[in-house]
Amino acid sequence: MDKHTVLSFRDLSIGFVSRAGQLLPVLRNIDLQIQRGETVGLVGESGSGKSTLALAAMGYLKAGLQVTGGSVHFGTHDMFGLSRSALEFVRGGKVALVPQNAGQSLTPTLRVGSQILEAVALHSDLPPVEYERRVMALLRQVRMPDPQAMASRYPHELSGGQQQRVAIAMALAGEPDVLLLDEPTTGLDVTTQAHILALLRDINRETQTAMVYVSHDLGAIARVCDRVVVLYAGEMVLAGSARQVLLSPAHPYARGLLNSIPRLSQSSLPEALPGRQPLPGDVGDGCSFVERCALAQPSCRSGRPALQFLPDGAVTRCLFHDRSGEMALTRPARTTALRVGAGATDALSLNQVAISYAQATVMQQLLGRRPDVPHTVADITFSVGAGQTMGLVGESGSGKSSILKALAGLNPPIAGRMSMGADQSLAPHVDQRPPDHLRRVQLIFQNPDDSLNPRHTVAQILAQPLRLYFGLTGEALYQRSIQLLERVRMGAHYLDRLPSQMSGGEKQRVAIARAFAAEPDIVLCDEVTSALDVSVQAAVLDLLNDLKRDKGTTYLFVSHDLAVVRVLADSVAVLYQGRLCEIGPAAEVYAAPFHPYTEVLLGAVLEPVPDKSPILLAEDIVELAPPAEGCAFQRRCPKKVGAICETTAPPWQLSASGHGICCHIARDQLIPATRDAGQHD
Amino acid sequence: MTSSMAPGNAQTSTWMLRLGQTLRAMASRPSGAIGLAIVLIHLLIALSSPWLVPFDYKAISSLLILSPPDAVHWWGTDHLGRDVFTRTLLGGREAILVTLIATPLAVAWGGFVGIYMGLVGGKLDDVLMRLVDALLALPWILKMLLMIATFGTGLGVLIPTLAFFYGIPVIRIARAAAHNVVARDFVLAARARGHGRLSTIGRELLPNVLDALLVEGAMRWSWMLLAFSSLSFLGFGVSPPTPDWGLMVADSRTFLAIAPWSGLYPIAALSSLIIGINLTADALAKTLGVDRAQKAPI
Repeated sequence: MDKHTVLSFRDLSIGFVSRAGQLLPVLRNIDLQIQRGETVGLVGESGSGKSTLALAAMGYLKAGLQVTGGSVHFGTHDMFGLSRSALEFVRGGKVALVPQNAGQSLTPTLRVGSQILEAVALHSDLPPVEYERRVMALLRQVRMPDPQAMASRYPHELSGGQQQRVAIAMALAGEPDVLLLDEPTTGLDVTTQAHILALLRDINRETQTAMVYVSHDLGAIARVCDRVVVLYAGEMVLAGSARQVLLSPAHPYARGLLNSIPRLSQSSLPEALPGRQPLPGDVGDGCSFVERCALAQPSCRSGRPALQFLPDGAVTRCLFHDRSGEMALTRPARTTALRVGAGATDALSLNQVAISYAQATVMQQLLGRRPDVPHTVADITFSVGAGQTMGLVGESGSGKSSILKALAGLNPPIAGRMSMGADQSLAPHVDQRPPDHLRRVQLIFQNPDDSLNPRHTVAQILAQPLRLYFGLTGEALYQRSIQLLERVRMGAHYLDRLPSQMSGGEKQRVAIARAFAAEPDIVLCDEVTSALDVSVQAAVLDLLNDLKRDKGTTYLFVSHDLAVVRVLADSVAVLYQGRLCEIGPAAEVYAAPFHPYTEVLLGAVLEPVPDKSPILLAEDIVELAPPAEGCAFQRRCPKKVGAICETTAPPWQLSASGHGICCHIARDQLIPATRDAGQHD
Repeated sequence: MTSSMAPGNAQTSTWMLRLGQTLRAMASRPSGAIGLAIVLIHLLIALSSPWLVPFDYKAISSLLILSPPDAVHWWGTDHLGRDVFTRTLLGGREAILVTLIATPLAVAWGGFVGIYMGLVGGKLDDVLMRLVDALLALPWILKMLLMIATFGTGLGVLIPTLAFFYGIPVIRIARAAAHNVVARDFVLAARARGHGRLSTIGRELLPNVLDALLVEGAMRWSWMLLAFSSLSFLGFGVSPPTPDWGLMVADSRTFLAIAPWSGLYPIAALSSLIIGINLTADALAKTLGVDRAQKAPI
């Protein structure tokens, strides 16, 4: 190895011994060299072994795992052969980790300054008098505004993005040679994510720290990484420069993965990758991807393909890599989502709905007054036509889930009117609704791990609505359950399974089947794909679209992912701080003129295309409450006009087709001047 | 489920399967194996002792007062010349019977109220939990004696009294366990579908709270045994000449210095059963993953 290599995995294999006494591989023959100052992305679905590989770089194995072959070298140190004290020096200091959820990795009872100071004291050889200064320097390095004030805060007083910055500052304390980042932006808002990624790029340039970036998000990888390694079932299946892997992937898995990502520029459904990743030990003799591969040949089943070095420097583990070009990288038009034209009757409408979580004080209760703070959600007025899909987008805290829960009767609004179909008023509280109304509005939750009772079998889960709404029992219930499972492309053999015995995608399908068991008119989808892998996400979106086509169901689809909303929605509403900013047909919302907030959001979306960097228009400040007067977006707006934004609520400017923007700036001036207006069309 | 539909059968078989798995997992821990063995032996003795014992438990003999253990009276005799072995073997029957009835009652009512409060919350919950705190603050012996003074003694009073007072700490446990589940989306989903509260408790909450209740039940059982024996010791439990461990300890305590055997064997019997139950509860908790690290003695 040459002197520029900082970290090298040499034929590394990691496995665990199953209860049956078999040695099952988690990682197989990983050969990877990381150079000084390089950024390498490790991509793969959950269970592909990417986190295990990153942790192995620190000489760390999760309980039960063991190295079954090969080694990991940091410089000249063999990470799994180091003494305890030597490992202490390297780990955290020279090879540092930024964990996925910074909020959970920081100690809640210590001020962030003292937590960073602890890292400095442990991992640097500075004299103690220098510690304070170093902490401030680190906070400045991660672009924290007002480092002095920030250092004296507790973790819960910081926003998610700021917590992640503190975690990065701690990792940088020992001036590491390698920074391991385990999904550092997963769970952050799009704008925050874009800022963190920009910071990581800057740090990489300033300090020449090599970075290993673990993520399932090819968009984030494209933004940060020079080189990308694709892992599948514990194997390196493709490695190359970011351009090679993301633009002309020489492996069908990488191609399938790229095809399954919804993109802002395309409103057609992404192509789902069929099947699922084999579990450790389930990989046959042949290629690990053979069961899901569109190009599979009989020869793929005999013998594991060796890594092949391509002329352009990329490495692939596919016998027919030259044919992977046959799988088109752009999607065929056949999977276009069903869209119903305007003029359909309204299935759902909201009029001036407001939601407040403010608790009245004792004094206010006695005087019968409402607490004197702006409502969390206010002035929500929109309607969705029958069989149409309305997308509700916004960052966390924008009130999109609150609106959904209000419609489900779980979170009664304090003002306004909700109605369904031909002017049937929906009672604010679920207890006041007649059974027919309850049946016709169904809710699908974000995380199936949480929305399915872990102690219920699939049969019991599906029986709940069938028994409640239709009184089905016995054979009729059984037959109907099977029908429902088949409609979500699952079989009768799933009936006896518990949620813990299914994959994330299967669980979400069961949750969808449960909602459709009620034969609803309106289905409320709360971030239904955000807990799923991309390849599974595409299949779930496809399923939702099919069900809509068959049943004419109306969807209210809440998501923070603008590309996902683009795929399914006929119309889109953009929310900020519980106020509508922009609403209209999807094609018009995704095209200029934009509300300034929509423009910020669209600009921050990451796409798996190298060289395409997000446009960061607004600071990633997190606002805790909407302003009392004026425009909701006034404090972050890059196009703020002046005092009028703070005092007067902006007017709705409507186009002929019903596209509305709530802003003081005239419509024709909301077309971004600096770039092509039709970029997102 | 009337027909041979799959879900119903699946439900029963999963329960049987889980019970078998749990018992096997418990027995594989040393504490579980020892605890289960002790409890099982005690239950077998309580069931079969009327046919096992060598003497009549009522037979008094002025010649045999406080005679030490020998080949005939293995564990000696007490101050009335009755056979200690016979009386010790029979002495747990009342206590075990009463507590085996009262414990499930306590867990059932305490569990239901606790889960209900955890689900409903609000003002009712606030008021009721303060009442629970107040009741927990009183020493148990005071509460028990108050009930006995009011309603008299006998099994018809003891069982409901024990079940009532020992259900109160169960409310706290069940409420806390339900709180962890209530916030989860599947409970919200049941509410959004329009299921009633009872159906939500039975279908969604109970299966997830049951583990905590089972462990709590085992703990309550051992505390209740101790309480029952204490009442007998004070003369409010079993009336003579029926043999009972608490009563035997009370009778023998004046002679402990000269005839330790008359008190030692019932004490050993009671302690071993309680230790056995605690070991079993411990193994059950570890097997089910319920944390019972800080459990206040009540």
